[in-house]
Amino acid sequence: MSGLSLFGLCGSALIGIGLYGLIVNPQPLRKILAFNMIGSGVFLLFGVVARRGAALGMGGDPVPQALVITGIVVAFSATALAIALLLRLHEATGSATLRAPDAERQPDA
Amino acid sequence: MSPTLLVDGGLLAMVVLVAMWTILVRDSFAAVIGYACYGLLLAFAWVRLAAIDAALTEAAIGGGLTSVLLIRAVVRLRATEASAQLEAPGRTLRFGAAVLSIAVAVALGAVVLGLPDPAPSLAPQVAEHIASTGLGNAVTAVLLSFRAIDTLLEAVVLIYALVAVWALTPDRLWGGRPGPKYADDPNGMLAYMARLLAPLGIVVAIYVFWVGADLPGGKFQAGTLLAAMWLLTIMAGLTDVPPISRRWLRIALVAGTVVFLAIGFAGVPLAGAFLAYPEGVAKPLILIIEAASMVSIAVTLGLLVIGPPERSESP
Amino acid sequence: MNGAMAGIPEATTAGGFLLVLMLVLPVLGVLAALVLGGRHARRVAMLALPLGLVLAVMLGAELVQSGQKLVYVLGGWSPPLGIALRADGLSAVMLLTTALILLAVAVYGQADFRMPEGAADARAPFMFWTLLLAVWGSLNAVFLAGDLFTLYVALELLTFAGVPLVCLDGRPETLQAALRYLLFALLGSVLYMLGAVLLYGAYGTLDIALLAGRVRPEPAAFAAAALMTVGLLAKTALFPLHLWLPPAHAGAPAAASAVLSALVVKGSFFLVIRLWLDVMPGIVTPVAGQLLAGLGAAAIIVGNLVALRQTRLKLLIAYSTVAQIGYLFLMFPLAAGLSAMQLPNDPAVTGGLLQAVSHATAKAAMFMGAGLIYATLGHDRIADLAGVGRQLPMTLLAFALGGISLVGLPPAGGFLAKWLLLSTALTTGQWWWVVVMVAGGLLTSAYVFIVVMRALVAVDAENTPKMVVPRHREAVVLALASLSFLLGLAALLPVDIVQIGRPQPFAAGLR
Repeated sequence: MSGLSLFGLCGSALIGIGLYGLIVNPQPLRKILAFNMIGSGVFLLFGVVARRGAALGMGGDPVPQALVITGIVVAFSATALAIALLLRLHEATGSATLRAPDAERQPDA
Repeated sequence: MSPTLLVDGGLLAMVVLVAMWTILVRDSFAAVIGYACYGLLLAFAWVRLAAIDAALTEAAIGGGLTSVLLIRAVVRLRATEASAQLEAPGRTLRFGAAVLSIAVAVALGAVVLGLPDPAPSLAPQVAEHIASTGLGNAVTAVLLSFRAIDTLLEAVVLIYALVAVWALTPDRLWGGRPGPKYADDPNGMLAYMARLLAPLGIVVAIYVFWVGADLPGGKFQAGTLLAAMWLLTIMAGLTDVPPISRRWLRIALVAGTVVFLAIGFAGVPLAGAFLAYPEGVAKPLILIIEAASMVSIAVTLGLLVIGPPERSESP
Repeated sequence: MNGAMAGIPEATTAGGFLLVLMLVLPVLGVLAALVLGGRHARRVAMLALPLGLVLAVMLGAELVQSGQKLVYVLGGWSPPLGIALRADGLSAVMLLTTALILLAVAVYGQADFRMPEGAADARAPFMFWTLLLAVWGSLNAVFLAGDLFTLYVALELLTFAGVPLVCLDGRPETLQAALRYLLFALLGSVLYMLGAVLLYGAYGTLDIALLAGRVRPEPAAFAAAALMTVGLLAKTALFPLHLWLPPAHAGAPAAASAVLSALVVKGSFFLVIRLWLDVMPGIVTPVAGQLLAGLGAAAIIVGNLVALRQTRLKLLIAYSTVAQIGYLFLMFPLAAGLSAMQLPNDPAVTGGLLQAVSHATAKAAMFMGAGLIYATLGHDRIADLAGVGRQLPMTLLAFALGGISLVGLPPAGGFLAKWLLLSTALTTGQWWWVVVMVAGGLLTSAYVFIVVMRALVAVDAENTPKMVVPRHREAVVLALASLSFLLGLAALLPVDIVQIGRPQPFAAGLR
């Protein structure tokens, strides 16, 4: 099934591209975007696994498809929390960076 | 080179190209729009993989709601864009990251291509047992019967995520209304579109929920649509977000999980196990759980997009 | 005889319903707290936690009585189609430890997170109690679920419950620490998920027991093991992925730090044990085990050295956590070494688990003690701790007892744990770990000694305490520290609870 191999390669490529974006982009928002891309690549690979399990009139193995749906919802809620945290950080400090504050300033107890 | 291969190849090439552009482009707003396009293209890829339920979910949540979230964020963070541009990483980091990414992608591709053939699959077992659930949609059967605990815990994940978002409220605004006050312009374009689209969207959502028992669809996709319609009416100024202290809002959030737990525990005396369904009544019970969960999902997803309270309780 | 391919129908064992109750009780608590709101959240927590402790004890008793692991098949669908909850000795010990520590934190936190007079609702108190229940529910799911995807969902639950604890008081520095923690945790989740995808693609199931029978040494399994392990290491903050932990754990309020350091990081560590010892014992190569423990050794040395240089007490304790996490990973090459010599791997597994439990109790006590010190003095600068011995004697004693457990002196739990690991290292000829552990013990004793000595210095003019700390809070801290101190006496227990339900390939008479 060489058509399916294309999907597998695409999923792997997306994970690689997302990983590059995660490492290279300093902005938290871009990192969150990269995470979503890696996640969607992982789910696409799961979809390839599902399609390979097609049998008995079903287009694909329904278990991975169900897991993908759950995963997409979980990933969305993670993104929502990360964005809320980022916006709150920006609101409180005026900047949106992960760079550590000055070395002398340490968190209070 | 069959036509389907060409179509698939073209689609996937577009997906990869848009993905690369999204990661490499310098302006964050452009990247977010690129991500929205990427999400919708990916939905097509899911259709080609014969996973329509996943395609609907990816289009609605991955492409739709996530993009709304990201656009909201990038607009608010516009002020930091200038200083962020100066932080561009050096050449060695880019080179090292590129090498690592390519290595990971190639290794993964090799492993995926090397997966066993014939592939192990649970499809036969699902086909064997699906009759007892009374459902026609195998994915819904897996979600709500065979692996019901995953779906139950996932509803809990949504609630925990919302609690975590609410934990970020400034102390003085606790119990207040999330999001800004949207201007109420009754004759504006947005209000017109909301009045037109929202009822349509609700009808489509209920249809997607109802038909999800036997055809692709179900509570997640329906709940997302309802959330989107609610957000539309809020942004058009037709309704306002309730304060998070309202009891009915809290009840709406937990209703789906409570119904799921109640029916799950009822399965212990009636069907022998937690989350088991008694003979013959599986489908009606599943639909009840789905209906309650659809409402909770809609409310939770909508509130996750809007964020923590930004205004105090009084209107 | 291995019917794994067909999926032997697994049956619910007697007492299995306890597993369902342990899973669901905290969730019901969170839902109730959310709906009732306000000051009811605290009442719900104070009602649910003791109940949960009773359930955990019952579960342990049932386990010891039956001598086999407890199983509950959810929905009547046995794996691979469905999902089963399973509790073996490891689960039971962790469930009990979690319930106990959370109850102690709840008693301690009454004073800090009481609803202010006249206010119907306030953010921080409501959130503290709700998040406490949420952490509890997530950990129970991690310890009980028998399916790798359910465990993925449980890990996400744990992250969403733990992150807001870091920024509970809303200060800007803690927001940044929370965001960094969240991003590391998300990286861990996505890598774990990728590994699970490969495992399903190769073997058609994500059930732990079934996978153990189906996994073969091949590229898919190796890749999955590597990816999932790296993901879990990011969540457990093992060197070099530990950078997020010190600011996060030190910036949180004392009660929250106790929960984060003692319990939340143990959740993902528990999954590393499940993965390496239950799912893939034959797959992980000896080299991989040495590499993992090598990172642990680096954590021990680096964490302790940086802890020595700290000027603030909470940061010192946080870096100490980084170091103690390193000890946990020494168990893997030792267990593999024992198996290679055809010996049961009991000592290594028991040593690792005991290290986790004694660290959890000791660290919780130390963070809560640091909170009391901060409340009394108004600061936590180590150089200016003079007089604490007079004002908070029980707290200082607790700190010392906890420190003794971390260093590894008898009769503390930390001593027994390190003794088991040391003797296993000598048995398997991996003497280099002995060097690491001794060095770590010396470094730990150095900073424990410094803190205790500074606090024992008497001051002539008595500082008026910023707040008078009620004795019962000190008592709770001392009780936890004493537990860690006396845990070494567990060697005298008649039954080795840790080994119940564990596969015994080399026990006499089996196989």
